[in-house]
Amino acid sequence: MSYLIQGETGDWEVVVGLEVHAQAITNSKLFSGAPATFGAKPNENVSLVDAAMPGMLPVINEMAIEQAVRTGLGLRAQINKYSVFERKNYFYADLPQGYQISQFQHPIVGEGTVTLDMADGSTHEVGIERLHLEQDAGKSMHDQDPKRSMIDLNRAGVVLMEIVSKPDIRSPEQAGAYVRKLRAILRYLGTCDGNMEEGSMRADVNVSVRPKGSDELRTRAEIKNVNSVRFVMQAVEAEAERQVGVWEDGGEVVQETRLFDPSRGETRSMRSKEFAHDYRYFPDPDLLPVRFDDDFIERIKATLPELPDDKKQRLIDDIGLSAYDAGVLVADQETAAYFEVAAEGRDAKTVANWLTTNLFGALNKMSKAIGESPVSAQHLGELVGLIEDGTISSKIAKDVFDIMLETSQAPGTIVEEKGLKQITDTGAIEAIVDQVIADNPAQADEVRGGNDKAIGWFVGQVMKASQGKANPGQVNGLLRQKLLG
Amino acid sequence: MSDLRDWTIVSAADALTKGEVSSVELTDAFIGAIEAGQSLNAFITETPEIARERAKASDERRKSGDVRGPMDGVPIGMKDLFCTEGVRTTAASRILDNFIPTYESTVSGNLRDAGAVMLGKTNLDEFAMGSANITSYFGTVKNPWTPEGANANLVPGGSSGGSVAAVAGGLAIAATGTDTGGSIRQPASFTGLVGMKPTYGRCSRWGVVAFASSLDQAGPLTRTVEDAAIMLQAMASHDPKDSTSLPLELPDFRAACTRDAKGLRVGIPKEYTLDGMPADIQKLWEQGAQWCKDMGAEVVEVSLPHTKYALPTYYIVAPAEASSNLARYDGVRYGHRVPGDSLDEMYELTRGEGFGAEVQRRVLIGTYVLSAGYYDAYYVKAQQVRTLIAEDFKKVFADVDVLLTPTAPSAAFAEGDKMDDPIAMYLNDVFTVPASLAGLPAISVPGGSDADGLPLGLQLIAGVCQEETLFRAASALEQAANFTARPEVTV
Amino acid sequence: MSLTKDDVRKIAFLARIRVPDERLEPLAGELNNIVGWVEQLGEVDTAGVEPMTSVVDIATPMRADEVTDGGIPEKVLANAPDGEGPFYGVPKVVE
Repeated sequence: MSYLIQGETGDWEVVVGLEVHAQAITNSKLFSGAPATFGAKPNENVSLVDAAMPGMLPVINEMAIEQAVRTGLGLRAQINKYSVFERKNYFYADLPQGYQISQFQHPIVGEGTVTLDMADGSTHEVGIERLHLEQDAGKSMHDQDPKRSMIDLNRAGVVLMEIVSKPDIRSPEQAGAYVRKLRAILRYLGTCDGNMEEGSMRADVNVSVRPKGSDELRTRAEIKNVNSVRFVMQAVEAEAERQVGVWEDGGEVVQETRLFDPSRGETRSMRSKEFAHDYRYFPDPDLLPVRFDDDFIERIKATLPELPDDKKQRLIDDIGLSAYDAGVLVADQETAAYFEVAAEGRDAKTVANWLTTNLFGALNKMSKAIGESPVSAQHLGELVGLIEDGTISSKIAKDVFDIMLETSQAPGTIVEEKGLKQITDTGAIEAIVDQVIADNPAQADEVRGGNDKAIGWFVGQVMKASQGKANPGQVNGLLRQKLLG
Repeated sequence: MSDLRDWTIVSAADALTKGEVSSVELTDAFIGAIEAGQSLNAFITETPEIARERAKASDERRKSGDVRGPMDGVPIGMKDLFCTEGVRTTAASRILDNFIPTYESTVSGNLRDAGAVMLGKTNLDEFAMGSANITSYFGTVKNPWTPEGANANLVPGGSSGGSVAAVAGGLAIAATGTDTGGSIRQPASFTGLVGMKPTYGRCSRWGVVAFASSLDQAGPLTRTVEDAAIMLQAMASHDPKDSTSLPLELPDFRAACTRDAKGLRVGIPKEYTLDGMPADIQKLWEQGAQWCKDMGAEVVEVSLPHTKYALPTYYIVAPAEASSNLARYDGVRYGHRVPGDSLDEMYELTRGEGFGAEVQRRVLIGTYVLSAGYYDAYYVKAQQVRTLIAEDFKKVFADVDVLLTPTAPSAAFAEGDKMDDPIAMYLNDVFTVPASLAGLPAISVPGGSDADGLPLGLQLIAGVCQEETLFRAASALEQAANFTARPEVTV
Repeated sequence: MSLTKDDVRKIAFLARIRVPDERLEPLAGELNNIVGWVEQLGEVDTAGVEPMTSVVDIATPMRADEVTDGGIPEKVLANAPDGEGPFYGVPKVVE
């Protein structure tokens, strides 16, 4: 199933590549010892190195190297044991040095792959071109003063991992799935918190179009700093449509930088410069090349958690979940963690069902994330446990679940308080069965006369008489025994 | 002591130890000399109050037996490229003419901790770019060797012109310099002083206004080789804030000044003989070789085949790095700012007005050689040739211990000379640049005088981290040369 | 490789240095002079030679990931030509 734009002259495909800037989780910045935290007062988290005072020099933060390697392993990518920091030279108010220390010819991570889990259960592979480390820039605020922009350098120098995909994305849906998967991997690894609203993860979206079936790569436009999955998808769609329009009108798409305007649902060109940027990359003479050996990589590998793809496969292979269900459970780390706690010592498939069938829907209605679930993973597990050991029937369990959603109580407590324990004492059930048979002689004759279906009616009556607590299996058995002998 | 130029670090330390003089007395004397010596224009910012404070503190420490070392209480000049906390630091540029650092460079901090007394910030070529100290925003420096009644002042050399003028003129006992392509050694040669550039990475670059990161090195300017060794010991250190700082323990530089050249192998690089080399310099060079032989050293001819390409290599690499290092001077966070209607206009006007002509030229060259289409042909090529130059030295140092060359291709020249053509000015560095490109330790020792009585220096170069060998050879050469000439007038 | 007035204008903009119009031509001459002189490097055979990456032959120093700096806004802003409270001010940037 492919995504196509229907133009006037025919169908068009879209070719998308994403450059994601992810702030690495570190205590201090890439080249200075200033804090890398969010939300401090302006220019509070700034060292003289970040402010590019005369004579200041960079020193590499070893955790940045680790986080980059860790991320590269999560992307199943080549780890480069030799890499070089280079200066990317340009002038801007939020760039104190007049250059950004980045990596150009020799990035720390090379080619890799990200597997997308699509909604229909299929997968799609997106290639990773590279990952490199670079400094984040400061922030300019343009709305504080009519004549001036205000500069805050708190963010200047924070560790960024730039993850560049290959142009393997072919639809807005895939673009969204890519960002979600990438975010999940980074969060699993603990290398980035993936918080797009706070800006710790941002996407530059490169879009071009081509006639359906062609394999040419036409000029692309870059949509910068898109800060949500939804906007990424919308931007792809809006830009692709715009470009199709340009081509079909006989024009040419220009290589340029654009911004996505969510209120209008369209992209617009950033004020174009008179001269194109010439970054004049060269190796930073204040730094030496980054080198490490295989042992270093192995030590990091040993600390990796189970990654989403592996976890998903394990759920499919060992537990027999469907690809879709497994995909849903591993899609984010919190869900996976919840599932693992709930499924501890229980039938995993049953637990999985409770999540996908009951919990997710309920949370959606409440607009809560799984982290805010009123039903804890522990308690959900206990609920399933109560079904498994026959304390309650699955029907009663649903009622208990609804109460748990409201009160966050433990299921055991609810069952006790409301007296919902399943009745399994044969004597007690027998007494109710005898009573119901005695009260309904006509229906009893029906059953004896050969109408099997009427047994179902009797089961219903017994369940009603027992407030649903009688064990249905036992009820069925006893009825048959008494009516049919 | 009437002639302040008689003081050395060694003699001052001795007198201070013996109680013959106090640091305050010494310091006051030099403050007086500075006041009288304004015509040299050796200082951009004089710091008599700080000097007196530090001198007083030194004397008090000494009374309680806490002497920091031979530098303790010694009055020195500090090249205005080292950021000094609370004291204006300009790099001799208009763009920093109001900059007051809130931090102290590692090297100046080391000297302060060693008890040295800072008399002031000495003048230099703007951003250390020059070899005559004629590009400073704060005016040119006069070489104390300028004869009385001369038509034009003689230049002191550059970029550390203010530092050498101060020491040679009796305004300080010693001074710090920085050397990127010869900026310590060449001015030392022009003023009859000892100027030393250690191995790249010996002195920290943290807090030194950067010119060319892979070449800049701090070093001492002194009257004697032993003084240079003492001062270097106080300046150098491993600094974790500088990623290019050598993580090695420092040898005892002073102990290496044995003045014994017996058994040393001295190489004479044949490619350093230039067409049209002044006869005086050729003669001094030959004399230097003879001194070495007389002292029991073996003198051999060696070859450094890529020598002639060192200057053009330097004039690609250094401007390239400088163009990037100077990008931070944009009027946003410190320094001079010219208002503009837009950010770009502010940048352009600020830098257009803030940078002098030579700095602008080098920044533009540097921008050009890094730009798209030219990077491979110029910058990469230059870095390749640089590798070859370093390899030339490495091969040669497997065979000899030190190299002997002239320091500069001329004596001090008059202000106004060599002005038509920047390249004529660049050629001043022809003998000093190769050692800079290879990161090797090198020193200029006053060797003799030319026909006009102006000083000429001899340069010694040693292998990587071989400062001990260098000081050994230099102390021997100094003794043999026995250079005692002084400029006629004190100021 | 001869630099024209126009080339100089472009390079000057890349370097954000305002060069007055009347200086463009003479400056082109000066720069051409220097560039012509450094071009002699073309004579050197550098096939297979690694460009120098660092003068020092030491292991790359790295820092432990600890907060050892920051919290000095007064120092950071001490020399600001146009500060506004805790910010640096620049002419308004239109994006």
